[in-house]
Amino acid sequence: MTFDFDVIQRSLPYLWKGFQYTVELTVIAAAGGIFFGTLLALARLSSTKWLSLAASGYVNLMRSIPLVLVIFWFFFLVPLIAQSLTGAERPPQIGAERTAIITFIMFEAAYFCEIMRAGIQSIPKGQVYAAYALGLSYGQAMRLVVLPQAFRNMIPVLLTQIIILFQDTSLTYVISATDFLGAASKIGQRDGRLVEMYVFVAVVYFVISSTLSFLVKRLQKKIAVIR
Amino acid sequence: MMKLTRVAVALAAGLAVSVPALAQDLTGTLKKIKETGAITIGHRESSIPFSYLDDKQQPIGYAMDLCMKIVDAVKADLKMPNLKVNLQPVTSANRIPLMQNGTIDLECGSTTNSVERQKQVSFGPTYFVINVTGAVKKNSGIKSLADLNGKTISTTAGTTSVPLLKKFEKTAHVDVKEIYGKDHAESFLLLSQDRAAAFIMDDILLAGQIANSGNPGDYMIIPESLRQEPYSMMLRKDDPQFKALVDKAIAAVYKSGEIDKIYAKWFMSPIPPKGVNMNFPATPAIKEAFANPNDKGVQ
Amino acid sequence: MAYNFDWGVFFQELPGGEAEYWQILLDGVGWTLAVSALAWIIALAVGSIVGTIRTTDHPWLVRLGNAWVELFRNVPLIVQLFLWYFVVPEVIPPLKRWVVASDPSTVQFLMAVVGLGLFTSARVAEQVRAGIQSLPRGQRFAAMAVGLDTVQTYRHVLLPMAFRIVIPPLTSETMNLIKNSSVALTIGLAELTFRAREMGEYTFHFFEAFTAATLIYVAISMTANRVMAFVEKKVAVPGYIAGGGK
Repeated sequence: MTFDFDVIQRSLPYLWKGFQYTVELTVIAAAGGIFFGTLLALARLSSTKWLSLAASGYVNLMRSIPLVLVIFWFFFLVPLIAQSLTGAERPPQIGAERTAIITFIMFEAAYFCEIMRAGIQSIPKGQVYAAYALGLSYGQAMRLVVLPQAFRNMIPVLLTQIIILFQDTSLTYVISATDFLGAASKIGQRDGRLVEMYVFVAVVYFVISSTLSFLVKRLQKKIAVIR
Repeated sequence: MMKLTRVAVALAAGLAVSVPALAQDLTGTLKKIKETGAITIGHRESSIPFSYLDDKQQPIGYAMDLCMKIVDAVKADLKMPNLKVNLQPVTSANRIPLMQNGTIDLECGSTTNSVERQKQVSFGPTYFVINVTGAVKKNSGIKSLADLNGKTISTTAGTTSVPLLKKFEKTAHVDVKEIYGKDHAESFLLLSQDRAAAFIMDDILLAGQIANSGNPGDYMIIPESLRQEPYSMMLRKDDPQFKALVDKAIAAVYKSGEIDKIYAKWFMSPIPPKGVNMNFPATPAIKEAFANPNDKGVQ
Repeated sequence: MAYNFDWGVFFQELPGGEAEYWQILLDGVGWTLAVSALAWIIALAVGSIVGTIRTTDHPWLVRLGNAWVELFRNVPLIVQLFLWYFVVPEVIPPLKRWVVASDPSTVQFLMAVVGLGLFTSARVAEQVRAGIQSLPRGQRFAAMAVGLDTVQTYRHVLLPMAFRIVIPPLTSETMNLIKNSSVALTIGLAELTFRAREMGEYTFHFFEAFTAATLIYVAISMTANRVMAFVEKKVAVPGYIAGGGK
């Protein structure tokens, strides 16, 4: 095989733009996903029947459909649904970038929910009873006793999920949002240099993701609870 | 004789469109453009040389040049010199839904005009005619489509080449195995890595892949045709005002001979970003489409 | 801007005339299930081993396990599949000879199984390791105190508990894997999403095609989910917070 890496140099500004979008999407979707995911986890574990049913129904639905299909539905159907709700003459314009952010928050919340649920369940029940015995309310027991430990126990898994999310953003290619992989593959297709572009993308993702997970491990050692 | 028909067609197109004086007479896309002050063009990102991004990430190409002629006509007809042009990248999978849900008003790429597709969308005048055929390595000894018997061939998923090939297999009694690439570059990669003996696709797209490859001299295009297909710009269905404007604007470009300059710019000269020359002179079918503008779909 | 719904489109023939659309969708379901099942076995087997050796006290085993996980989880699946399919055979000549000589769909299938299986194994390994490490240290010490060796400690004390704890995230990974099998369409494997897109391209009835695909994925995933939920309930250990908050 002969490689022509000149193509990467020529298209760096375009690749950089795609990369910025990938990072932006990851950060927003992770923050939104963890917030809604924790609420969903509490709802799933709630003793209020309808609340736990609704939450698990949502989580199971989202976890059943490939991300590619979820993105497709959001991108094509949301404008049509919004139109029929508002009775507007034309579907409102919801761009690829906004669609991707909404989709990823909604989709990732289901995954963060399952992680937080496992985290909460890893806390022995005695701790909850002890908190109640001390006179803490449900909210206080969760906020002060259970969730901090659940977060700490699940930090490796939460961060793995964020690294997965960082990589999953590559699937936005189906709605032509130009993320890092999207930018690289478009250049590769235009110039007939697919192998070079994919190898480059693999190296960049690998360096960034493994650096992140190295930092995560150091952080984890610092905050670990010894039991 | 040829000239007469051209004039007649142009006249007919000119008569068909009755430019409405008042905004409330406008319907469909033109009404939307007048109200929003903007037109949204759907473009491709790697359809060389029809519609693709240059190194400054601007969509350029043969289809884009023709669509800008339509934009000029909209500006003149609606008296909107400051019309805003939005550019929305589309793919072969989402171009039709995006047209239907109103995200884009005009698609300028490399879309085949077929009778089947006309049930969902409408098309402007044909601006290119392709032949579906195969690219092979010169040293493979394959000279015709019939030579492909018993070989593995590559083609791009979701394109019309797949069913054509199946039909050809049946009628010519040849037996081939298919591998699919998810885009043309991947299908070509399968050919260049010797995993496929031929890449079956539109001749112009094959020419583009070959011109872009490391060693263009190693490949040749089989001089046969599984089928001819017209390319055209896509617009929404049941929108007579906008359709008439598109037809008129493009017929004017054909009639004035300006089309020859635009064609030479993209198919007979070095094009950005790498200065590759497609070297693809207009075929008789293409010349015919310029002489007699029409929106007939294939099949 | 109306969209003409036509649910009869599933019973139309393909342009080539060799089948109707519902038949190729069904064929796609078959590939989806086959890839998912084989990749799941690889992921679970390799992932459990790698996850476990990362919690041992042999530094080189831990390092090997860590390297495995870093390698396979830090590159997007779509990129990994591309590399398996287009680049790996170019660097290993015997593999290239096999690829050229074999049936294309066999090659696509096996590359998808290996790529998806190893990608998922890194994620399973991470879950298994987190599960083992979330156990109180006292359990390991207690096992050693009663005279168990390392293998026995894992076999009888740590792994049985750890696997129960990681069932919820493992359920996620299983469903993930089924859905991720759709990424195999990028190397040309004619699985469900590939067929749905193909049907959309030919008929332009994208909404119908994608609705059918969505419903089928929901059915497959729900089945997998119910099976895992059954296992989760069956093996639950009293005293740990159980499902439903009771």
